[in-house]
Amino acid sequence: MADGDYKKVAYYPGCALEGSGHAYNASTKAVGKELGLDLVEIENWNCCGAMEVKNIDPKIQTYLSARNLSITEEMGFDTVMAPCNGCYHNLKKAEYDLSHDDASVEVNDRLSKKAGHKTYEPGKVETIHALDWIKKAVGEDEIRRRVKNSLNGIRVANYYGCMYTRPRHIFPEKDKGPGSESTAKPHFMDDILAAAGAQNVDFPLKTACCGGAHSLSDSDTSTKLVLNILTTAEACGADVIATECPTCHTGLEMHQIRAEKVLGRKTNVKILYFTQLLGMALGLSPNRVAVQENFSDARPLLKEKGLA
Amino acid sequence: MTEGYRRSIEDIEDRTDQIAAAADADLAARAPALADELLAMGEDVLLAWLAAKGQTPTTATAEGFRLLALHRQAARGNPSFNACRETCREAVWHHNLIRLDPAGPDTARNIRLGAMVVRHLALFVGGKLESDGLGEFCCSSRPIRTAEPTPSTPQA
Repeated sequence: MADGDYKKVAYYPGCALEGSGHAYNASTKAVGKELGLDLVEIENWNCCGAMEVKNIDPKIQTYLSARNLSITEEMGFDTVMAPCNGCYHNLKKAEYDLSHDDASVEVNDRLSKKAGHKTYEPGKVETIHALDWIKKAVGEDEIRRRVKNSLNGIRVANYYGCMYTRPRHIFPEKDKGPGSESTAKPHFMDDILAAAGAQNVDFPLKTACCGGAHSLSDSDTSTKLVLNILTTAEACGADVIATECPTCHTGLEMHQIRAEKVLGRKTNVKILYFTQLLGMALGLSPNRVAVQENFSDARPLLKEKGLA
Repeated sequence: MTEGYRRSIEDIEDRTDQIAAAADADLAARAPALADELLAMGEDVLLAWLAAKGQTPTTATAEGFRLLALHRQAARGNPSFNACRETCREAVWHHNLIRLDPAGPDTARNIRLGAMVVRHLALFVGGKLESDGLGEFCCSSRPIRTAEPTPSTPQA
């Protein structure tokens, strides 16, 4: 059913986008609608296993992601878009493991038969991120043409987090030269937001760890890592940190508050999903892209910049 | 080039804080020395990790830098250590930027950002040393109980 240019793809929101990342879900759908792109949610999808299942039994995690890929295929799609870095990473990892690890193939086949659905075979479905989706289905030229409220004057530090590019071997389409994404210096979000008028700053921590996995088990480490990301973004001159992952986004927001409470370190940089920034550039209202749901209140800044 | 610096991770956090907070003129006046000090602190972070793991640190270089060789050594067999690969490369990049044009108009800014990058490396590795028993960071593919069988795989 997918036509090869990502205009109509299966959509895997994942658990976070139904909870803490609801604003990412709302803004992703709103941007897609505004750009004439069609997202069809996977029927009866399940959790990808996130970090937790993978840390206990990676083959179970592979099966959980393979089930979502199997349903995608059964719905007639050859492409699934996952906006969450964790979901994206796990679907990619399942694809890799099922292509390279016989034990994973065996467990996936056994559990798929037990669950009563078709066993997913690698190569049937391509997993893409929301950044791939916008970049390839629309592209910078079309974004420039469609911009109604330029992001001109907003200085953005683009933060990709760790799972969008790591480990490199599960992303064979990256690092393929011009036009492809880079694992060392990712730029798709920079490209998209620059096309929408933003001034991207040169941010040296764009793939640095935010301590997301240890937000609860070792909050102090996570708070210090996040605080360093926030202060570095401010030292780079950024007004906003743009995110493309609900875990990163929530971590930055929550630990920004915690850093002030626990460490007495206040930072002023705002945190927005790239889909929120892009949506406002396309003329959508801040409410339509759920800016009011963010803990980091960017509305005064957006008003100052003429976006609200 | 870097022997004799050996500082603890806590000392590195404090020192990078000092550098990041220093006045532009103070940073610019000592640019080459600060560039080397930051690189050395990055190496010390990785030396602390390797020492904790009982490994003898390499004296080799990768792409001309011991920091990158130490990172490769530390990441061998430890996938989540790749989460600081780009941080190490950014530390080298900032060292080169400062060294290339120590009298340039952006030198103080580059020193400050280089300090923040090294600080991130210290926080990440320090966090990993503390949390080793709690499991890996997000981008790792390694289960917590690598030494144990996986009894949880259900039988059909």
